[in-house]
Amino acid sequence: MSRSDVLVDADWVEAHIGDPGVVIVEVDEDTSAYDKGHIPAAIKIDWKKDLQDPVRRDFVDKTGFEALMSERGISNDDTVVLYGGNNNWFAAYAYWYFRLYGHDKVLLLDGGRKKWELDSRELSTDVPQRPKTSYTAGEQDASLRALRDEVIAAIGKRNLVDVRSPDEFAGRLLAPAHLPQEQAQRAGHIPTARNVPWSKAANEDGTFRSDDELRNLYQNEAGLDFGKDTIAYCRIGERSAHTWFVLHELLDQPNVKNYDGSWTEYGSLVGVPIELGDGR
Amino acid sequence: MSADGCGAPAGGVSVTAAAGSQAVVEGRVVRDGAPVASGYARLLGTGDEFVAEVPLGDDGGFRFFAAPGSWTLRVLAPGGLRAERSVEADYGQVTKVDVAI
Repeated sequence: MSRSDVLVDADWVEAHIGDPGVVIVEVDEDTSAYDKGHIPAAIKIDWKKDLQDPVRRDFVDKTGFEALMSERGISNDDTVVLYGGNNNWFAAYAYWYFRLYGHDKVLLLDGGRKKWELDSRELSTDVPQRPKTSYTAGEQDASLRALRDEVIAAIGKRNLVDVRSPDEFAGRLLAPAHLPQEQAQRAGHIPTARNVPWSKAANEDGTFRSDDELRNLYQNEAGLDFGKDTIAYCRIGERSAHTWFVLHELLDQPNVKNYDGSWTEYGSLVGVPIELGDGR
Repeated sequence: MSADGCGAPAGGVSVTAAAGSQAVVEGRVVRDGAPVASGYARLLGTGDEFVAEVPLGDDGGFRFFAAPGSWTLRVLAPGGLRAERSVEADYGQVTKVDVAI
C-alpha cells in the first residue's frame, strides 16, 4: 500500500465524475453540508444514521452494511471515493469502516470537502439516483479494530496514540473546542499514551502532510516505536480513524488498530487507570 | 447539534449563544458587508497549535467553546482569502470577534 493506492487529489476526482464503476460519497455528521452543495454525482452517507446501530453503541452489522450499500447503489466492484467535512474525519472513519467490511477499492479525496471548497471547485445540489445493487460484505476484520480490554492490556506495552487536542489530553477539556463541554465522564488520557493531535498530520487546507513529514512526526517528534503494534484513539473514534489512515495506509505500518470506543468509553469505565496532565 | 458528535453543528453556526459556564468565542465573517457563508474559522493556540475548526454558517457565523486563555482566530475562504485576530476567552464570557476579509 502506498499513498497513490489510497489517496486521490481533486483533479483526479474531477476527471472521474460520472465514470461507471466510480462512486463518490460524501460522509458527514452534519449532512446539511451535502444538501447545500456537494461534488457533482456524489451520494451521501450519514455518519450516525447510516453507520451506527440505532440502539446499541456499535456499528451497523454485516447485514446492515450490505443493506446500506445495496440501497445506495454501491456494488462490490465499485471504486468508492470518500470525502467529507472536518478535514475528512468522518470520511476517514468511513474508509476504515469500508475496510473493516472488506471493501478494498476505496479511496480518500485528499483535503476533503474543505480543499474542494477553498479551490472554488463546482458544487452541485442534484441528488443522483443510483440503481440498487446486491452487495455482499465480508466479516468484520478484527485486525483493524481495538476493543476496550485489548486497550487496557496494551498500556505500557504497545504504542497508544491519543490524537485529541492537547487540552483534551491533559484533562482541561472533555471535547473539541467547537463543541459544548458538558459531557460527564472523567477527563484525562490512557496512561503511557503519546499525544499526537490528528491536526499535526494535516496541512491547513486539510490535505495530508508528506510521508517524510509524517514519519518524522510520529517517529522522531512523538517517539513512537514503529517496531511495536499501535492503537489510536480520540473521543468517539473518527479523529483516530484519520490517524489510523496515516499510520496504516500512508506509512504502511502493519499492525495499527482504531479504538472506536475511545475516550467516551474509556473515560467512563470503572476502575481503569487514568493519567492527567500534558504530554511528554 | 448532536451532543456526542465531533462534527460541525448542523447547518453551520449561527450566533449567538449564552456563555453559561463556558468560554465562548464567536463572531461573524463578512466581505463588503455581506456574510461569508463559504469558509472556515480555525482556533489556534500558542505557536499556532491547531485547536478546532468550524465551517462558517449561512450568516458567516462561527463559535468555539474554548478553555480560558489567549487564542488566535484564523479565517480561510475561497480565493485565498484569509484573516487573523487575537482573542481572549474566559469562563462565563462570550468573546465576540467579527472579521472583515
